[in-house]
Amino acid sequence: MAEGDHPKEQAHPTAETYLRVAAALVVLTVLEVGVFYVPAFHPVLVPTLLVLSALKFSLVVLFYMHLKMDSPFFSFLFGAPLLLATGVLVALLLLFFGTLTLRGAAGGG
Amino acid sequence: MTHAAATHHTSMGLDSRKMAFWAFIGSECLLFTSLISTYLVYKGRSVVGPSPHEILNIPFTSVSTFDLLMSSLMMVLALAAVQRGDMKWGKIWLFATALLGLVFLGGQVIEFTEFVHKGLTLQTNLFGCTFFVLTGTHGAHVTVGVLWLLTLWVRALQGKLGPGHALTVEITGLYWHFVDVVWIVIFTVVYLIQ
Repeated sequence: MAEGDHPKEQAHPTAETYLRVAAALVVLTVLEVGVFYVPAFHPVLVPTLLVLSALKFSLVVLFYMHLKMDSPFFSFLFGAPLLLATGVLVALLLLFFGTLTLRGAAGGG
Repeated sequence: MTHAAATHHTSMGLDSRKMAFWAFIGSECLLFTSLISTYLVYKGRSVVGPSPHEILNIPFTSVSTFDLLMSSLMMVLALAAVQRGDMKWGKIWLFATALLGLVFLGGQVIEFTEFVHKGLTLQTNLFGCTFFVLTGTHGAHVTVGVLWLLTLWVRALQGKLGPGHALTVEITGLYWHFVDVVWIVIFTVVYLIQ
């Protein structure tokens, strides 16, 4: 079997698809920077930026890294650590900035 | 003469090198999330300035972000060219990807130099420490990627990279796109959400 053959994977996208994804990435980046400078968006700045960033992240991972076409096991190898890391990040933010506290941590010693 | 590397398929029918590389990328997710977490946890806790809104240059970094996104496009075009055996365009796109990576690194050098001149170093405050460690680690990854891409480009020039090595180019691409998605997160979390 030649090196490029992948028995459980679909064919990669065409150059046209790659260009469309690049155009979408550029538009999303322009929106991100635009939202940052428009005062009307400031009350919803953080959620808007996080959604736009997640869209860009997903486009690159699904189309450029071929996770949409490749074996689901690769998605697991990437997604499981990403989920774990996101969980740790959220837990840390809740510990430091939210109402979640470690019982006895303040006076524990 | 081009010699295709031997394939190493697992019992799942997947290439073992690609599987190992996805596992490596998973571990890199943990590394970068720990650095991003550290940045966020210490955000706003610096006792002395400069603070992010005083020093970060959004227009400049937006151009760097655009540059890195375009380098990802060049990378997939390089892979598509190598897969169809079009080595002329394969070489062009590989070099273009490396060049855009170098432009990004140049921008980072300019940004870091400007920050140091404005008084922000690793030792200045918590912001400086966490910012330089996070973006510096990312920059180190971009540097490795550029060296990797240039190595592939030189091998292509020597006629030692052909359609039989498409998986090698694909794995290089996986690394490069991962570096890109990490920057997508850093650009939002560090630069835009101040």
